[in-house]
Amino acid sequence: MRNVSTIYQREIKSYFYSPIAYVVISVFLIASGFFFAGNLQFWQEASLKGSLDSIQFFLLLLTPVITMKLFADETKSGTIETLMTSPVTDFDVVFGKFLAALSLYVVMILPTWIFVLFLTIFGNPDFGPIYSSYIGLVLMGSLFVSVGLLISSFTRNQVVAAVIGIVSLIILWVIGFLSTYGDGWFYETLRYAGTFDHWESFTKGIVDTRDVIYYLSFTALLLFITVRNVESRKWR
Amino acid sequence: MINVKNLTKRYVNVNAVDNISFDVGENETVGLLGPNGAGKTTTMRILTCFMPATAGTATIAGFDVFTDSLNVRQQIGYLPENVPLYLDMRVNEYLMFRAKLKNIPRRERRKKIDYCLELTGIRNVQNQITGTLSKGYKQRVGLADTLIHDPKILILDEPTIGLDPNQIMQIRQVIKGLGEKHTVLLSTHILPEVEMVCDRIMIIDNGKIVAMDTPANLMKQLKSSSNVVLEIKGDGERIKSSLSGIDGVNSVTWKKKGDINELYVEGSGEEDIREKIFKCIVKDNYILREMKRQPITLEEVFHQITTKETEEVSDNA
Repeated sequence: MRNVSTIYQREIKSYFYSPIAYVVISVFLIASGFFFAGNLQFWQEASLKGSLDSIQFFLLLLTPVITMKLFADETKSGTIETLMTSPVTDFDVVFGKFLAALSLYVVMILPTWIFVLFLTIFGNPDFGPIYSSYIGLVLMGSLFVSVGLLISSFTRNQVVAAVIGIVSLIILWVIGFLSTYGDGWFYETLRYAGTFDHWESFTKGIVDTRDVIYYLSFTALLLFITVRNVESRKWR
Repeated sequence: MINVKNLTKRYVNVNAVDNISFDVGENETVGLLGPNGAGKTTTMRILTCFMPATAGTATIAGFDVFTDSLNVRQQIGYLPENVPLYLDMRVNEYLMFRAKLKNIPRRERRKKIDYCLELTGIRNVQNQITGTLSKGYKQRVGLADTLIHDPKILILDEPTIGLDPNQIMQIRQVIKGLGEKHTVLLSTHILPEVEMVCDRIMIIDNGKIVAMDTPANLMKQLKSSSNVVLEIKGDGERIKSSLSGIDGVNSVTWKKKGDINELYVEGSGEEDIREKIFKCIVKDNYILREMKRQPITLEEVFHQITTKETEEVSDNA
């Protein structure tokens, strides 16, 4: 576990040494602030209704930018060689990087509580759905980050990692919609596999263990594949 | 300390390393020599557990590189080619990160870092960002990193590549000093380097070991060391013909340099032909300005071994 924390600390520092963290966080806050104002005006009620969906959409676009460098950069600069020949396990490296990116993600969404602050000053919002939505956002973040991390481990090019990451997340998001086109096990599976359906219940104030398990198990699966992929250098 | 047995690494259809075996003893410095693409880096990557071998075994300090990789990695200090560093970190910070990764206890970290900064001569840049350092300094930061956990075994892949002559001298001094207390395996294609630093040389070509011996023995093994360079005044053609008559002389070549001739005499055997040449010159009354023996350099040894190999291969083909 000590190695995980060593790697975690380095990754966090490296985010704030480069402009990536500042750029991504600013873009996210400007965009979500803009849509918060718009939604508030449209719905005329003290809730995050609408705003959360736009927040979710921006996260979908920006999380791969956070994760793109994690492995791609190490492979390209060759530091993967010094890293992997140190006495650390592949899991330490993957998990440390995962936690670092997830932390940056949380840092990114934290300032949106200022929206909640506005709501409480000028209205009387129901806090139940707000709390559950933020639980949902963090769980969804762990899934998004693990998708990005996995893709970053496949390429040495950060731009490729970001683009494929965004496309994958969009696919993961829209396959839920396809389920409305039919019935039966196939569409049911699609609905379950997509993130949208699970996310929606959080915004309604429901914390269903099935949704929690969906996010956690999907994340665990992706992290497992990432560890295997990092290891796979040894089978080739 | 390092035992390698029948190690093979096969890529899609080439054998990067082809059935090599060797041992490196404690506190021995061995130079791995070979042309580009000979398999030096691959061998090192296998020994450092970065990639596994297709066949064969390797143990380092008693630990198998495949099954006991974490223990192996704790024992070695590896400096990869081109010295990858995190370019956004400061030197101190980078070494602290590496010290933590290498499980150095908290209390000793600062002391070890200071020691390595001193040893590699980078104390004055310790607060600089590694990305802003020159190539030579980066190399030294990399070297400091490999030494930080005081590993028993150092594996250095082309440690002096891309340095200026002064830096090369310094790094060699450092490596030579380390060789007294550490087992060192280093790769290079700069021959004077191995000659200076290494106890033993291993020449590999096309993934195979083609020679392994001490530098002195290797040079002895190859051809005669009885080549002589002369500077003589007089008629070059005549001098050539009289020198060619000496018993034990294989061939004589000469070229004119002003009114002086420079002659290159190749002896045929182990025998020292200088005395015979002297007598011949005195007899014919030439004026001798210089006579020296031409030592065979490792360059020649290397060239002979690696080209002999390819000639044999093309003969077989």
